Amino acid sequence: MSVERDRSNLPPLSLHVPEPKFRPGDTADFSDFDIPAAGAARRPDTAEPASGFHELSYSLVRVLDEAGNAVGPWDPKLDGETLRKMLRAMALTRAFDERMFRAQRQGKTSFYMKSTGEEAVAVAATMALASDDMCFPSYRQQGILVTRGYSLVDMMNQIYSNSADPLQGRQLPIMYSSKATGFFSISGNLATQYPQAVGWAMASAAKGDSRIAAVWCGEGSTAEGDFHSAMTFATVYKAPVILNVVNNQWAISSFSGFAGAEATTFAARAVGYGIAGLRIDGNDALAVYAATQWAAERARTNQGPTLIEHFTYRAEGHSTSDDPGQYRSADESSAWPLGDPIARLKQHLIHLGEWDEERHAAQDLELAEQVKAAQKAAEKNGVLGHGMHQPFETMFEGVFEEMPWHLKEQCQQMIDERKAAGI
Amino acid sequence: MARMNMIQAINSAMEVMMARDPDVVVMGEDVGYFGGVFRATAGLQAKFGKTRVFDTPITECGIIGVAVGMGAYGLRPVPEIQFADYIYPALDQLVSEAARLRYRSAGDFTSPITVRSPFGGGIFGGQTHSQSPEGIFTHVSGIKTVIPATPYDAKGLLIAAIEDNDPTIFFEPKRIYNGPFDGHYDRPSKNWSQHPAGEVPEGYYKIELGKAATVRSGEAVTILAYGTMVHVVLSTIEELGVDAEIIDLRTLVPLDIEAIEASVKKTGRCLIVHEATRTGGFGAELSALVQERCFYHLEAPIERVTGFDTPYPHSLEWAYFPGPVRIGEALKKLLKD
Repeated sequence: MSVERDRSNLPPLSLHVPEPKFRPGDTADFSDFDIPAAGAARRPDTAEPASGFHELSYSLVRVLDEAGNAVGPWDPKLDGETLRKMLRAMALTRAFDERMFRAQRQGKTSFYMKSTGEEAVAVAATMALASDDMCFPSYRQQGILVTRGYSLVDMMNQIYSNSADPLQGRQLPIMYSSKATGFFSISGNLATQYPQAVGWAMASAAKGDSRIAAVWCGEGSTAEGDFHSAMTFATVYKAPVILNVVNNQWAISSFSGFAGAEATTFAARAVGYGIAGLRIDGNDALAVYAATQWAAERARTNQGPTLIEHFTYRAEGHSTSDDPGQYRSADESSAWPLGDPIARLKQHLIHLGEWDEERHAAQDLELAEQVKAAQKAAEKNGVLGHGMHQPFETMFEGVFEEMPWHLKEQCQQMIDERKAAGI
Repeated sequence: MARMNMIQAINSAMEVMMARDPDVVVMGEDVGYFGGVFRATAGLQAKFGKTRVFDTPITECGIIGVAVGMGAYGLRPVPEIQFADYIYPALDQLVSEAARLRYRSAGDFTSPITVRSPFGGGIFGGQTHSQSPEGIFTHVSGIKTVIPATPYDAKGLLIAAIEDNDPTIFFEPKRIYNGPFDGHYDRPSKNWSQHPAGEVPEGYYKIELGKAATVRSGEAVTILAYGTMVHVVLSTIEELGVDAEIIDLRTLVPLDIEAIEASVKKTGRCLIVHEATRTGGFGAELSALVQERCFYHLEAPIERVTGFDTPYPHSLEWAYFPGPVRIGEALKKLLKD
């Protein structure tokens, strides 16, 4: 039974629509941003139940301090060679991004997406996985392919949709696929790879395999229903999967508040599902490595899934089709308090005496040359727009394992039409 | 050989395939311990264990997304969607992922999944237990759509679908799970025990996908149907004494166009019958194909008897359902000169 009441004295309801702190023209100021100290977060046992992760899911696991020291229980204590390999893969990813962004501006391809500022999230995580663990990336983890040594030329062939494109010109640039590299086919549809990764991990467990799955999505994509279904499946079956949420603060023009970040963290959602949730400094390659290593051990010992929120910043535009100057402060990127992942790892290596400025500068030059050489090789196979690089009949192949009559007929129709038109 | 109704035949197909191939897994809401709300998976978990036959959370996008991931690993999942009316939350995974995976990865990854789902009306199921959404899937390149009309076909087609390396939607006409339905809702139901197609081999056999079945040969008119409607049209033409040729399509994509073309060229007339709503339904595609290929043989406009373009009603079901009266009137029009 409802109570009728006089509403005349009630204040009107108001609808809360989130608004980012800084818009174009504003001076970005993160001085009130509370950064937990490096080394402060505890490192639980990998068998600890999800209910114990409340604090860790609201904190920030950090290993590298402001001076470049690796501190605290999460320090993975990597040797100089491993650290240099990590730095190199991150720098190579950035050099590749720079070059391909320019190639798009030169009209050699239709589209590109950089991962600037987020290199650690892909590179360090991949290094902490076994080479045969399956990665289910979103479109901003090109660092996985770079780390696993996938051919830069083939990445570019795909970007150019040329005659050597492994995907035969069917896919939008950067939607790579390489089963041999443990890199699942990228889809334009957001978050679909989340339940797929859980399914892959369940299959591995059901078969008594030892391989695990890792999946990435942005914080914006966590709003998709597939995120929820994946979390539910992952917890129900204790799937051996690492669920990475790359919180780079922006989903195109929408700040993370539109994915719910004003009220909670993304890592904290894990705890509600009964999944271990870690929130880490995504610009700290050692924190990314350590958290992934921890989650991999948890998965491999049948303790179930882990969600890792990588707190980072999308330093550049969403894509080559985007101008972030239209919706966010121009200096937000440089003011971002967690810095640059490459600069921070470099500082650490120098601090350890394992690296120096000269070697770094030389490496940057070498990597730029490597990318340039790869580009030259790829462009020999053609660039987008310079005619068709694949026989047009290939368009009809691979829809099904065997081509059914209606596709054969449509293919023939196309051949006939082109012949009649004199093409 | 054994006597089976359609549920038992479907159950048998899964049992046969699970025994033959350790990569076949069955999953869905209530399919495990309980054996499915229609009993289609009864006994499978007890026989093959919980890691091969398991209950899932109530999330259709999750069920199909997980199945796609299992398929990418190398398994051959047979997910169940409890009612076709509830397949929509999984549309993104089916259309954007399962259907496109082979194409977009240039064969690097594939999606050998078979999605089973009860569909169709005639059971007072109302709006959300009666729908026939096959036209949504026939429109998607990369998916095969299969609909059996008998226990014998159901088992043979399901085995073929599970073995097929492409994603397949396998719609099961729940009105004829227990027996063929002649469209006369006011008469006692028949069961499969008296029907020749209720005789089903216990072991392995398959029916090639993409091949129609000529249920009855005739000269006066070609009737294209599938699922429950095969039995409704058969009974109706026998009552009316029409010498119709009835083609049970069995597979909608890829379609057996040769069988259709040969029949319509012989009879010169074509009636298309399906329960699904008319506009944009699969009947429109059939009509266009027949028109394009058999134009000079046609002696009358192609007729379609379908569900109306309304949500499936509850109490008005028998006015909505394309039953004997509506089929009879369409045949009169088709055969008048």
